[in-house]
Amino acid sequence: MSLLEYFLRHQREILQATVEHIWLVGVTMLLSVAIGVPLGVLVTRRPWLSKPILGGANIAETIPSLALFGFLLPVPWLGGRADRLAIAALTLYALLPIIRNTSAGIAGVDAAVREAARGMGMTERQILFQVELPLSLSTVLAGVRVATVLTIGIATIAAAVGAGGLGEFIFRGLAMVNNQLILAGAIPAALLALGADFLLSVLERRLRPAR
Amino acid sequence: MSSIANRASGREPVIEFRHASYQLNGGQELLSDVTFTVERGETLVLLGRSGAGKTTALKLINRLVEPSEGEVLVEGRSTIAWDPISLRRHIGYVIQEIGLFPHFTVERNISLVPRLEGWEEGRTHARVKELLEMVGLDAGKFARRYPHELSGGQRQRVGVARALAADPPILLMDEPFGALDPLTRGEVQREFQALERRLRKTVVIVTHHVSESLALGTRIGLVEAGKLAGMYSPKEFLESTEPTTAAYVAHLRMHEGIEGGE
Repeated sequence: MSLLEYFLRHQREILQATVEHIWLVGVTMLLSVAIGVPLGVLVTRRPWLSKPILGGANIAETIPSLALFGFLLPVPWLGGRADRLAIAALTLYALLPIIRNTSAGIAGVDAAVREAARGMGMTERQILFQVELPLSLSTVLAGVRVATVLTIGIATIAAAVGAGGLGEFIFRGLAMVNNQLILAGAIPAALLALGADFLLSVLERRLRPAR
Repeated sequence: MSSIANRASGREPVIEFRHASYQLNGGQELLSDVTFTVERGETLVLLGRSGAGKTTALKLINRLVEPSEGEVLVEGRSTIAWDPISLRRHIGYVIQEIGLFPHFTVERNISLVPRLEGWEEGRTHARVKELLEMVGLDAGKFARRYPHELSGGQRQRVGVARALAADPPILLMDEPFGALDPLTRGEVQREFQALERRLRKTVVIVTHHVSESLALGTRIGLVEAGKLAGMYSPKEFLESTEPTTAAYVAHLRMHEGIEGGE
């Protein structure tokens, strides 16, 4: 049976796993942007917090993913459901690029522009929302792009704790030494990653402020 | 040092420095014991070398920095007693690299303070149009452009228009014409002069150009190493025999060609 035939025969399952995968990644990205962007802003406002926050996110990044899923298993609310557990772990991974790019983006705003904003009587909040964030949007988005691609890859491992997604095929294929099964997970995951990378990079370019 | 030329009293001081000093956290003194007043409608030029403390003096006025000793009064009230936001909206500010917001159109740049002040749309729009014409730019052509689509001189004009947007009585300008080529600089200066004659704002300009000081200033304050070294009318400045002013004038005669006084 050729690979194509295999894909066609199992298209419903593959599609379902893909949807699960997208859901895992989507929720993860929403959460990590909701947490990471404010943390990135905080780092620029309170420089002494930069070491602990970026350090913490860096450490999370170095924990092997399978081990991280294991670590989180005994956590009460998280350990109860596989998808919660997977999303929590994936969010921890996605945070670093988002925090780092947010703070770098804001730090990269032209000092003259910031000074003009202050001198014209904008409040800190107005400066953040009307000047700094819009001007660093493309940098923040670059961080989101890196995090998304990363998450799509790591999310395949979420199948190990039963969270579903395209990893299901990969793990089953590994267990059964069936390459077609592995590819049924790996190819859609790779395509998702490429697609997300492309879309987000288009968006990123459009949002880049002209100089 | 020279006597500070305190001219005809009875006028209204708008900005007043009283023994104001500014120290960095590390203890380095950028400005020490500076005292002078600027009266309504006057254009004071602070002239000095780079790093002499001119910009710091300007930032003390709109409280971008606070004096470590002494005080700075704006309209009779210490800057510390002002709410910093309303103080700054009361003062137009044009800075060195202009600081136009690159993600805003010319119209949004100029209308920033009116918007923050909650002006209604129609009034804001009319004001932007009026200001663009005032600085010599065709509103129909320029309102929707972004700063990167403008030449240096046009950007400079937009910067001035933005500072004037909410009609502040005071205008601070930090090397406002610094990045322009000499011809454009002359043009924009002359336009600004005409504008100032009409609007009668109280203006403080920081520059290191002698000819600019003589052309624009009703008074010139010489700033040296964090101190106010002297205060002159343009005529006094040209005639002064003190070493520093004489050096400036000599430089002027040599490089910029002297233009028969203001």
